[in-house]
This record gives sequence, structure tokens and C-alpha cells, in this order.
Amino acid sequence: MAEHCARLWLQQAPAELVLLGRDEARLQRVAADLAVRSPLSSIEVQVADFLDEVAIDGTVQQLCAARVPDLVLIAHGTLPDQQACQQDLTAARQALEVNGISPVLSAEAFVTRMQAAGRGTLVIIGSVAGDRGRKSNYVYGAAKGLVTRYAQGLQHRLAGSGVKVVLVKPGPTATPMTAHLAGLGPTLAPVEDVTKAIVEGAARGKPVIYAPGKWWLIMMIIRHLPAFVFNRINI
Amino acid sequence: MRPVQSWGRLSADLHDIVRLEHPATVPPQLQSHPQGLAYGNGRSYGDVCLNPGGTLWMATGLDHLIAWDAANGRLQCEAGVLLRDIQRVLVPQGWMLPVTPGTQLITVGGAIANDVHGKTHHALGSFGDHVRRLWLVRTDGQLIECGPDLQPDWFAATVGGMGLTGVIVKAELQLRRVTGPWMDTETLPYGSLDEFFSLADSSEAAWEHTVSWIDCLAGEAARGIFMRANLSQAGSGPLPKSGGKRMPFTPPLSLVNGLSLRPFNWAYYHLKRQGAGRALAHYEPFNYPLDNLLEWNRMYGPRGFYQYQSVVPLAVGPDATKAMLREIARSGEGSFLAVLKTFGDRPSTGMLGFPRAGVTLALDFPNRGERTLRLFERLDAVVREAGGALYPAKDARMPRDMFEAGYPRLPEFLPFRDPGISSAMSRRLMGY
Repeated sequence: MAEHCARLWLQQAPAELVLLGRDEARLQRVAADLAVRSPLSSIEVQVADFLDEVAIDGTVQQLCAARVPDLVLIAHGTLPDQQACQQDLTAARQALEVNGISPVLSAEAFVTRMQAAGRGTLVIIGSVAGDRGRKSNYVYGAAKGLVTRYAQGLQHRLAGSGVKVVLVKPGPTATPMTAHLAGLGPTLAPVEDVTKAIVEGAARGKPVIYAPGKWWLIMMIIRHLPAFVFNRINI
Repeated sequence: MRPVQSWGRLSADLHDIVRLEHPATVPPQLQSHPQGLAYGNGRSYGDVCLNPGGTLWMATGLDHLIAWDAANGRLQCEAGVLLRDIQRVLVPQGWMLPVTPGTQLITVGGAIANDVHGKTHHALGSFGDHVRRLWLVRTDGQLIECGPDLQPDWFAATVGGMGLTGVIVKAELQLRRVTGPWMDTETLPYGSLDEFFSLADSSEAAWEHTVSWIDCLAGEAARGIFMRANLSQAGSGPLPKSGGKRMPFTPPLSLVNGLSLRPFNWAYYHLKRQGAGRALAHYEPFNYPLDNLLEWNRMYGPRGFYQYQSVVPLAVGPDATKAMLREIARSGEGSFLAVLKTFGDRPSTGMLGFPRAGVTLALDFPNRGERTLRLFERLDAVVREAGGALYPAKDARMPRDMFEAGYPRLPEFLPFRDPGISSAMSRRLMGY
């Protein structure tokens, strides 16, 4: 998803871009692609560890030394198997760390420096799954719920400062994370549609973006279903 | 296992779906999910891209551009990249794909595997004529690099090879210089097939793009609209409408039917006749008019539709085309998206490539079961008699002997097949 956002951003205007990730070969592949798409942009890759707070702080410190970025997108995550998380606490812990703690710590490291600079936009990917816990994926949902509350708090803290915080809640989207759900049947939104909503929403500094927009309505209904109804539906 | 359809929506069989992640992970992915077939953007009409009960290796995740040589116009990219994305990235830099079909929502791998053609065939050949290199992964893990000047036998087997020689993971394409995205177009109504053939003949030398829509309900007295165009030197011009529409649902009955077709065709002909003459057009609406209506294939209703695309030698072209139109008029079946075009004298590089010298007629028919299939048998008789062939990328039903007659290089092709790959079409037309 981050990659498709980058394609759209660079299509709008050339930019200086740093790609952070775990796997250098994959980062290089994305960088080569973006360089063909936007020959006037400068694209760097940097391998980073997002689970260790000291490493995160070091990476961000070094990155912000020359110049605090105008825009930061935090989009890493996995879609854990709920059953596996119920049977294996290690799997549950990893799911919570990768999808909840790690994005929050990464955001915190950036936002402090952006606040000092007095400007910038931080975009962080939550999920519709964070709006209400459901038996089919509440471990993932809990991690994304953490991101939601965190983003709310940040928005409160940074209100009136020059820094904007944008929380994106995508519905099920056709990405590598959901590849096993491809084919006909429950529809996955095309990643281009979702990233278009993200890029437009980020430009306007919208606090919360449901992507595609219909998920705002769906999740409002799901959040407000009384427990005696909710507990009978299999979602 | 999940249901997967091709563009014609004639079936929705279950497939085991595996998303290819990275050119380097393709060999182990093929080995852990054997007996499969690569699937691109699902725009081929029949069963060439289906493998019911087996695995589909989804290639759209291989969507990265790798390297661009701006001095020579050569692009290296992964095989799941859409032609649209190449055009949108490189047209602003002054380069365009020389050959694209009537949609740009197809992958590079699919374009090679079906050796697709377009309005420029008489001038520039087919897609495979502009592929410099391709990289093929076999299910035994072997990587084969080939091109017109490197292992040319592997190249000739893979271009138009329907994905049966291995999985194409990367390719290097030759693009052509353009001044901008605009084209000088001319629209000419014609009132008979003879008029079409003389227009086609007189346009080929001076016009790089030619195509025509034909009102097939009129039988032998077919009328139509001939369109021709060249790249324009214009520095500005109309832009494509942004924001495509999507066919929002599948109607319970085909919207293309006996009641709608006559007024559709009448209106289309007269609308285009009104707008006849010269104009400046952006390449996207000119070349890919249907790409702005996503999922237009739903308009044929839940039973789906067939495409019937033939090529017959030019010498017998007028007679064979007349005979086919006569059969269609007699059957009462009809077609809205009927396209007639002459190919140049440039056979496909591929052993099983479709494009060859002659005239090609493409027709769509809503699936009405037996009666539609019976019409195809009568059309087959005309094509056989004329020494022609049908296009596998569109086909879901041609008889095996007709395939063998239309593709005499089949025995030469078979040794290049990957034993770990088969499709519904290969089982139907090659026996395995």
C-alpha cells in the first residue's frame, strides 16, 4: 500500500523520498520502479528494525538530522491468522507488536521532531478492524485499535500546531497481505482506489479516512449494533 | 480454492490461487504449488487463462518497472506490469508502446503469451515484434533468457505460446518515440464491404492505425465506420475524461439482445457518421474506448459471452467475410462489438501466434447456449474453407482439428511445453 501511495505522490510531483523497510532487496526493487516512474525524484533506501525502540529512535534521528520530512507514511503490518494467535501466545504477541506497538513507536519518534520543526503531515495506517473487536480477527483488531487511540491522542496533542496527523482505515484491500483471499467472492477493493483516497485525504489533512469511503457507514453500523444482535452474527 | 472467471464470464470454476511475489521467489513458488498456469489481468475471453481444479499463479504482483534506457527507448519490467502503466509513465517522457490491443488493461506477460495485435499491425506487426528479451521460469526451476537473437527457438515458442512454455517473469520492450499523446484521426463511414476493402487498401501506406466497426446485422450489405490515425505533432489537444465508470452489477439478462441490437447499431452508425471527418484525439480514448467502462463484460448477463475472431487470407477475404456476415444475419444472432481489420503481410514471430497476412473479423455474441454454438460451427466452415484460423486468446470452443489446421507449427511447439503447466485450453486443444 505504501508503494502505491509513493507512485501517486511521485506522479503528482518529483520528490525526495526515503524508503524504510526490513528487506533491502525488496526496497531496492521498489526504488528502481519509482526511479523509472519519476526520473527527477531522488530515492534512497534504508534498512531498519521497527521492533526495537532504540533502533527506531536511531533511524529517525539520523533521518531527521538534515531536514525533518514534510510527510511520513507509516504503513507496515501483517494480517495474522486469528486461530494461530489464539493457540500460540508467541504468534499473538508478534501480531500485537508488528501491527500495534511498532507503528506507534515509529510515529512517536517522527512526530516529536516534526512538532519541534512546527510542520509536517504524519499518515498512519489503521484498519476498519480496529473499530470493533470481532471474533474472526480481534488480535489484529486490538493492535489496530491501539493505533486508533494513539492517533486520536496525537491529534489532540498537536491541534493548533503545524503538524497534521491522518489516520487511515482501509477496508479489505487487494494487497500482498490479503493475497490468499483473491479471486471472486468477498470483494477486495483495488489498491489503486484505496491509495487514491489516502493521497487525497492526506493532502487535505483529514483526521480520519475510511478507504473506500463506504466503510465509514458500514463501521458506524457495526460499532452501534447492540451486543445481543452483534453476538449472533458471524463476522 | 476460489472461483475465477475469464473475460467472457462463461464459467466460474474453482482454482487454487497463488500470488507470485517477486521474480526471484517464482521458482520456489512454482515448485510448492505445481500443476498451474500463470494468470495476468484476466482479459482473455475464453479458457486460455483458466485451469479449473488446478493452480493459478497470479502475476499481477510482479508489477515493477526495473530499468529504463531513455536514450534507446528500452524498458525492462516485470511481467505483471499493465500496458496502461507503461504508457502513463513513458508517454509524458516521449515514448509509446508500438503495439497495444483494444484495451491497455493487460499485463506484459499476457501480451507476449497471446502475441496480441492492434490497430498498427499493418505497419508495426504484433506485440512480440517489439520484445527484445524475456525471462522464463520453468517449473523445474530452470531460468531461460531468450530473445530474437538469443535462443530464438525458445523465444518463438513463448511468444504466442499461451503461457505453456514456462512463467514469463520479466521482459525487455522496445518503445517508439512520440511527440505527445495526440493522434490525427479520420473517421469515414462506408456502405459496403467492397468499400471497406478499398479503404483499407488505400489507407495502409499513409496511415499507421486502421480499424473499422461493422454493423453485422446488415448482412452482406454491411455498412460500417472506418477509422484511421497517425501520431500527431500537436503540442496540445483534448485530454481523456478522468474518472472511469464501472458497470455496477450484472443484469439478469444480456443487455445485448435481439431487441437492443438493431437500435444500438443504428444509433452507433449514425452517431459516428455525424462525427465523421478529421479530428485530433488523445491516444487513450482513441485506442481503448472501452477502458473507461470497467467490467463492461457484465452487460452480457449471467451467462457471459463469446468472442469469435478469425483471420482469413486477403485473396479470399471479401468472399469469406461476406459469407460469415450472411450466416450471422441468417442466424438472428448479432454482435455489437464487431471489428474488421486487415493485417499486414507480417506473420507472428511465435510458433502459435495468431497475426498473419489477411483480414480479421472479431465478433461478440451473448451466450445463448446451443444456438450460439451452432452458429459458430457454420462460421467455422467458412473459415476452414478459406484456409483461416481462430484466435486462441478469444476462444472457448474451437474444435481441435480446426486449431491444428490453423496452427501448422504446433508439432514444432510441443517440445517446448513445460510439463508442469497446462490450461483448460491446452487440455482441450492439445490433449494435455
